[in-house]
Amino acid sequence: MSSQVQVQAQSLVQSVDWLAIAPPTIAAVVALVVLVADLFLGDHRKALLGWISVAGLALAGLALLPLLDGDRSTFCLTGDPDVCSYTADRFTLVVQFLVLGGALLAALLSMTALKDADKDADKELPEGEFWFLLLSSAAGAALLPASRDLATLIVALEVASLPAFALVGIRHGDRRSSEAALKFFLSSVTATAVSLMGVSFVYASTGTLYLTGIATGIEDVDGQLHTLAQAGVVLTLVGFAFKTAAVPFHFWVPDTYVGAPLPVAAYLSVVGKAVGFSGLILVTVIALPSYADVWGPALAALAALTMTIGNVGALRQRPTRAYSAVRLLAWSSVGQAGYLLVPIAAAAYSEDAEKAVGSTLAYALMYAAVNLGAFAVAALVARTKPLNRVGDYRGLYASRPLAALVLGFFLLCLAGLPPGVIGLFAKVTVFSAAVDAGLGWLAVVMAVNVVIALFYYLQWTSLLFRAPEGEPAAHRVPAPLTAAIALTAVLGVALSGAPQLVLRFSDTGLF
Amino acid sequence: MIDINESVMQFLLAFVVVAPLLGAAAALLPAPPGLKGKSPEQAVLRHGVTVTGAVLIAAIVLALGFDHDTPATAQRMQATTDISWIPALDVRIHLGIDGISLPLLVLTALLTFLCALYSYFHLPSGPSPKAFVALVLVLESGTLATFAVLDLLLFFLAFEMVLIPMYFLIARWGGEQRTRAAWKFILYTLLGSVVMLLGLLLIGLRAGTFDMVALATDNHPELTTSVQVVAVLAVGIGLAVKTPMWPLHSWLPDAHTAAPTVGSVLLAGVLLKMGTYGFVRILLPVAPDGMSTFAPYLAALAVVGIIYGSLACLALARQGAKGDLKRLIAYSSVGHMGFVLLGIASMTPTGVNGALFANIAHGLITGLLFFLVGALKDRTGTTDLDTLAQETGAALYGRAPRLGGLLAFAAVASLGLPGLAGFWGEMLALFGAFDPADGLSRPAFLTFMAIAAFGTLLTAAYLLVVVRRVCMGATSQRESPALADVRPYEFAAWTPLVVLTVVAGLWPKVLLGLTDPAVQQLLSGGTR
Repeated sequence: MSSQVQVQAQSLVQSVDWLAIAPPTIAAVVALVVLVADLFLGDHRKALLGWISVAGLALAGLALLPLLDGDRSTFCLTGDPDVCSYTADRFTLVVQFLVLGGALLAALLSMTALKDADKDADKELPEGEFWFLLLSSAAGAALLPASRDLATLIVALEVASLPAFALVGIRHGDRRSSEAALKFFLSSVTATAVSLMGVSFVYASTGTLYLTGIATGIEDVDGQLHTLAQAGVVLTLVGFAFKTAAVPFHFWVPDTYVGAPLPVAAYLSVVGKAVGFSGLILVTVIALPSYADVWGPALAALAALTMTIGNVGALRQRPTRAYSAVRLLAWSSVGQAGYLLVPIAAAAYSEDAEKAVGSTLAYALMYAAVNLGAFAVAALVARTKPLNRVGDYRGLYASRPLAALVLGFFLLCLAGLPPGVIGLFAKVTVFSAAVDAGLGWLAVVMAVNVVIALFYYLQWTSLLFRAPEGEPAAHRVPAPLTAAIALTAVLGVALSGAPQLVLRFSDTGLF
Repeated sequence: MIDINESVMQFLLAFVVVAPLLGAAAALLPAPPGLKGKSPEQAVLRHGVTVTGAVLIAAIVLALGFDHDTPATAQRMQATTDISWIPALDVRIHLGIDGISLPLLVLTALLTFLCALYSYFHLPSGPSPKAFVALVLVLESGTLATFAVLDLLLFFLAFEMVLIPMYFLIARWGGEQRTRAAWKFILYTLLGSVVMLLGLLLIGLRAGTFDMVALATDNHPELTTSVQVVAVLAVGIGLAVKTPMWPLHSWLPDAHTAAPTVGSVLLAGVLLKMGTYGFVRILLPVAPDGMSTFAPYLAALAVVGIIYGSLACLALARQGAKGDLKRLIAYSSVGHMGFVLLGIASMTPTGVNGALFANIAHGLITGLLFFLVGALKDRTGTTDLDTLAQETGAALYGRAPRLGGLLAFAAVASLGLPGLAGFWGEMLALFGAFDPADGLSRPAFLTFMAIAAFGTLLTAAYLLVVVRRVCMGATSQRESPALADVRPYEFAAWTPLVVLTVVAGLWPKVLLGLTDPAVQQLLSGGTR
């Protein structure tokens, strides 16, 4: 009797590979530690929380090292060890690295922002909550690329998003901040609800939630359920398209970025996007390869629309308008999301889907480094010029030559022109994915967009080197901010010298 | 030639490409003690002269060491380096020179050095010379890299590298309307080069390699005629914008008019050559079928460019047209590049040799012309032909005889007087069109040739009008103040160009002996 129970228990209880799930787990545990520690720390020692969080994120990043072989998976079905809910393959590791690294840089920016907010009693931010939310969101974002069933995927998506709403609205009493949070929340919840409905359709037609199960199951769906399955595919994609801020789900971006504290905007622009596109890749390439004729054209059209509208939106920003620098970055991030979608769409048409997806990863890594860098310099400038207009960057070279050179470099990387060599080659991989898949029209649309984007990036860049207006106000740059700028700059320059470091993902097996 | 060790040649070629980049980075740093000079400005300008001088010496040594005597090696790439850089994209740092790229390499190094020398004595008016020197050096590196690399994607990288420095040179150190002109320049060329990238990717992905040598010599059945047609169209648009080919030329007059003297010299002298070089290096050998499909159209547009450029110049040179001299030379460039394109479109060794010759000749002569007009602007404060000439003419012969003489010399060279550099290239291009490659319509090309020959007459007409209005005229003591004649540093900067123009005109074999084996090799698809 007792042995029977034991056997039964063994077949029910899944074995857990703690090492494999370490990266998101560490982030989540540190989040709880910070929340509790907040209760016991005096006001003047709150800065410690920031350092704990940064250390936690760094530790979570280091936990990726033992997994480098990329062959671990856990939470597998006891009956069928090949079907797992959590897989730490190369794709997972790359996205987790991106997410945790992005969160780490955002945390470095936040330390300065929180410290500055502390000086002003009106604008004070609750530090414990802030770090808790940031870390929980990062934990969710790190879980998402590893999840291999739809339930985990949706849960991870929500864990990544819900704290983000609170982060956007964290400035108590700031009308713009709450409005942004509400906008973000409502549109996001709608998208999630839609994609949940899609998941339920897919589940109804295939009878499984595991992505690999869906891939095989959906091929022999009952003829009557065919429409249901197709509708399910489209609806599921909507939720993730929202996260990547793809058009027409982009309208929340500019207001949310402006309303949120700058580091949170930086976090959303990189980690939020990573969450969206990794979800999209999982759902399309792994779960629904046989429906490529449905999502392929849809994503291609989405990509074309997204980059065009994003770039035109960025083009229309007047440099004298308040917060125009952040708005420009927000719109340009919409445009960049369009480029990120191109290889995913191309995966539908090409024989080697993994190679195409690898181009997205390579581009995302480049984008994460330089976009966070641009936000870091924006945070630096915002310390003296809180309105953060593009016009405020005029003559930055005279007062801060290094910061100006670095920002110019980041912007040219985003534009994809030398000296931003890595930006250029990241664009080349995206182009080559499109050309290889025969998506010539999309490549041409993207080519035109690159030219549009160059206009506003270069306009900003050339402003940096103009003669300054008035005397520049000198102030000391806080260490975390310097560290963030230096880290991204070193990354950008190193990648420009050795683009293979990120581009190799477009050439190897990922899953 | 002199016998130089192959690894020394490799090093020299790599040095030529990398040294300006390192020099640019060093220019931004404060001068080290001992090299401070009289002032920081002077120190950085001297730094520019040193770096470009070193590059020029390296380029000359490369040219001396280049083996053009042994027929087997004269056709091949020499001083080659081939290192893997980005395996994921199959990008290799593949450098090498042959008879096609070597003259352009030396021309670039020479013109940049002369520009640096000229700026050392004649400070460009504008913001700090530090950035100026750094930008000129980056520009040099990008241009030299374009001529030295043998990988399609690297070629694209080098092609793009010149955009940002040239943009800033025009937008910061330029004259009137500089912002607009700089935008026009960069947006046109970028749009062209992104389309070019798509064509390059199409070629590379279909053929499975981005290596220009492999693409040119091996047989690639994957590159079917339809693929070649699409690729030539895409790549050709990018190159045609840069060249510039009519009707994609409209950025050029604005850019030239607004650019500072040094910018104009480099733009006309070497940047335009990147476009025609791409036609010869990439499209002719890699996509011959596609090229022969488009050759008649290319030739037609080239001829239109010749006539259009000359007519625009004639209109500008007329009295009362308020013609700007720099704009006039820019339009004349459109015409001259039309001859180059016509030679390429004939797809014959004669025509391509002529195109390459005309390339170099145009670099020398137009470089000189822009220097002279820049000097004229410094002295009189204007490049407006009507203001300069007033009623009777500017009478440069009387007021500054040497300057006037040089200007007349450059104009006469530009119109293609036999015995000077301008003659051979255009004549050979016309010869090429007279007897185009098999498969091209002979009657069409004969027509093009006849129209282009008429274009030479128009060219002669407007250049002589310019000479008459600027160099001749009545000198009245009261109205025209004396002009400073050619200064020593100007002599130093211009003499090499004058000498080379004469040498290339009297002894064309120097250049043709260099280009011919490589062109033969290129057009025969590497089978010889």
